Amino acid sequence: MRGVYDEQALIPGFPHHRQNMELSNLEMLPGRSIVRHLGLVQGSTVRSKHAGKDILAGFKNFVGGELKAYTELLNESRKEAIDRMVQQAQAAGANAVVNVRFSTSNIAAGAAEVMAYGTAVVVE
Amino acid sequence: MELLIQFGFFLFLLVVGLLFGSMNEKRHFRQLKEQEAALREVMVFNERHLPEWLEVRQAKLVVGSVVIGEDYFKRVAAALKSIFGGRLTMYESLMDRGRREAVLRMKQEARRMGATMIFNVRFETASLSEDSAGRQQAFSAEFIAYGTALVPAAPPA
Repeated sequence: MRGVYDEQALIPGFPHHRQNMELSNLEMLPGRSIVRHLGLVQGSTVRSKHAGKDILAGFKNFVGGELKAYTELLNESRKEAIDRMVQQAQAAGANAVVNVRFSTSNIAAGAAEVMAYGTAVVVE
Repeated sequence: MELLIQFGFFLFLLVVGLLFGSMNEKRHFRQLKEQEAALREVMVFNERHLPEWLEVRQAKLVVGSVVIGEDYFKRVAAALKSIFGGRLTMYESLMDRGRREAVLRMKQEARRMGATMIFNVRFETASLSEDSAGRQQAFSAEFIAYGTALVPAAPPA
């Protein structure tokens, strides 16, 4: 995957230009009109937690309830997936991504892939 | 003797799971009820098309997610129940909690930006409990709810 993404995308917390990129999971962006379609863009990331948190979550699994460590992990992953998708869209010259969908899959114990995809468009 | 200790440990976990698990569940359902009442003014639709009269000032993707795990008692009870099949009520409540919590978090995000409605809401559930070898660990699943939050141009009269 190296080379596909901007190096800066790999630095956590790096500010992207998310504010000029509009996201929607409808086929259009309400209140704006689409002037060009630029095709599918997607971003994904695979993450796992560090062992300590994994063990703590294991204990939490005896008493049940929310596993906060995992919730946070997947939320961060989703942000990163969105960021990568947005970067692809920006590279294509888009200023919005419509019809955004998410998918999470479990690929190994404690590691999950989070993916975001959508259609890059130009709106005015 | 060793067997006895093992059995004692199992019983201990079972009781801990039952006590804390049902306590957590009750508390969670209570919180859900309160928060749902507080967020009732944010309307949620899974409709893809907006009504024509609706004028939108701002639209933004909002996501709510939560990972919920089972307790030890549920795990054992579900394993026993699966022998006979039928409804696994212990998992039904777990799914319900996860999904409602995800919707709530999505609504909270929408309200923070001043939205009054969310369109095209979609749910996604992913089990996180199976490793690559297909072995079943303690069950946990991620629930996400997402949609497009809308801030109307003028507040409804």
